[in-house]
Amino acid sequence: MNDIDRSLLETVASLHEIPQGAYNIRKDGKSAARNSTDQIQITPKEGADGIEIRIAAGTVNQSVHIPVILSQSGIQESVENDFYIGEDSDVLIVAGCGIHNAGSETSTHSGVHTFYVGKNAHVKYVEKHYGQGEGTGARIMNPTTVVYLEEGATIEMDMTQIRGIDSTNRITTIHVGKGAEATLTERLLTHGSQKAESHVDIFLDGEDSTSRILSRSVAQEASEQVFFPCMTGNAKCFGHVQCDSIIMGNAKISSIPAIRANCTDAQLIHEAAIGKIAGDQLLKLMTLGLTEEEAEEHILNGFLK
Amino acid sequence: MLQIQNLQYSVAADGKQMGILRGIDLTVEPNHFMVITGPNGGGKTTLAQCIMGLAQPTGGSIIWNGTDITALSITERAKLGVRYGFQHPPRFKGLTVCDLLTVAAGRTLSHSEQCALLTQVGLCAKDYLNREVNTSLSGGEVKRIEIATVLAGNANLMIFDEPEAGIDLWSFSRLTETFGALRDKRNATVLVISHQERILSMADSILMVSDGKISGRGTPAEILPQIVKDTVFTCKAIEPQQKGGNC
Repeated sequence: MNDIDRSLLETVASLHEIPQGAYNIRKDGKSAARNSTDQIQITPKEGADGIEIRIAAGTVNQSVHIPVILSQSGIQESVENDFYIGEDSDVLIVAGCGIHNAGSETSTHSGVHTFYVGKNAHVKYVEKHYGQGEGTGARIMNPTTVVYLEEGATIEMDMTQIRGIDSTNRITTIHVGKGAEATLTERLLTHGSQKAESHVDIFLDGEDSTSRILSRSVAQEASEQVFFPCMTGNAKCFGHVQCDSIIMGNAKISSIPAIRANCTDAQLIHEAAIGKIAGDQLLKLMTLGLTEEEAEEHILNGFLK
Repeated sequence: MLQIQNLQYSVAADGKQMGILRGIDLTVEPNHFMVITGPNGGGKTTLAQCIMGLAQPTGGSIIWNGTDITALSITERAKLGVRYGFQHPPRFKGLTVCDLLTVAAGRTLSHSEQCALLTQVGLCAKDYLNREVNTSLSGGEVKRIEIATVLAGNANLMIFDEPEAGIDLWSFSRLTETFGALRDKRNATVLVISHQERILSMADSILMVSDGKISGRGTPAEILPQIVKDTVFTCKAIEPQQKGGNC
């Protein structure tokens, strides 16, 4: 592993060294390192390029790291990873993909992550996407995430793409069972001529299911973003969709939230806002001694924190 | 020392220049506690904003501790120790009270320093430090956080624009104690725009600004009776009655 690989791993998975516990590090289309534990088994997926992660029932306070790094220009890969999370477990799953493209060919990572979360289990899922490299080749990521929550299960998803990805099409689908809860926080920053599209579909199928989507994005320069968050209530449930975007330069943002109720006891709310950084916010921070550029950076960092 | 010479600020309206500030001359001694008052639209906020650099005067000069700051940026003035508490502070999605205090202080504050700052404005650090300064806070809460950011900077020229606006009676009482302590410390020049008698009465001097000019300056004992007299006897609505006319 070279310095670029280490830097990418640190950015996308906060890893400074090989992690403790279960992990699978994928580099340039191949598994570079893997470790299973007694309670968390990682095995190749049959019939597809990818892995299966099986977490035993009752596993608590353990983590799984499955970062992906692409440092060769021109890599095109499509990965399918399945997660089976046993009942009553409580785990942290850290995914993430970093592309360093120093060449002229397009590097693409497409992945499908499917989570089967057992009864009363809790999952915290952290996914960061990042791109860098001085090459002219495009950096493309198309992640698909599908989640099935059984009765009483909860998932907190923290999905971030800050800089460097030229094109992304994110698809997230969550099916929420009885008494289950899904929280999705999505943070996105695009710049240059990047394009990002995000489709989120949440189905509140079980009685007393709840879900919250919080999307915060910043579009700079000539980048373009489109959001389609949709919450469907099929039972007595509560759902809240909130999309906030800051628009800068010549960027374009479309935010199209939707809520659909198929049950009279479904309570669904959506909010969406797009606006530039308010002038008085910049002025306030400048009166505290920041330059205009520092003030802008501070506001954006806070917004995407 | 703050020295303001022939300060002018005008804006274009209906093809003409309208004077908002029309020749302000003012000297404020070091560590002086001055309250600026006067009718709405008289130029008080514009004067304060010109000192901070939020408004660029169209004439005159502002000298702070011997440095001509008239053409300096807001940031440069802030670095010289000038701070301004907004009348209507902005809100920030994502930035917490702790974040703002850190920026204001220019360094990471200890927990006890953060507590002390928020206590001065009647807020409990436990409840507020990690709150976002967004629309979930009331106008009065945001106003008190704004005052804390001015106090955090160890400024040597602090300007507060109607700090009492939107603050409830109980918190106002705490705020007047804070301003009293600020005055008694004598380590910063303080300018407070206010209409509140309790703040006016604690001033070393009161500056009356109306119609873009200074219309009076003196101690509270000299100026307060004049304010009361002007308030009653310049009311155009009651003038005809006093003269025996029909209102």
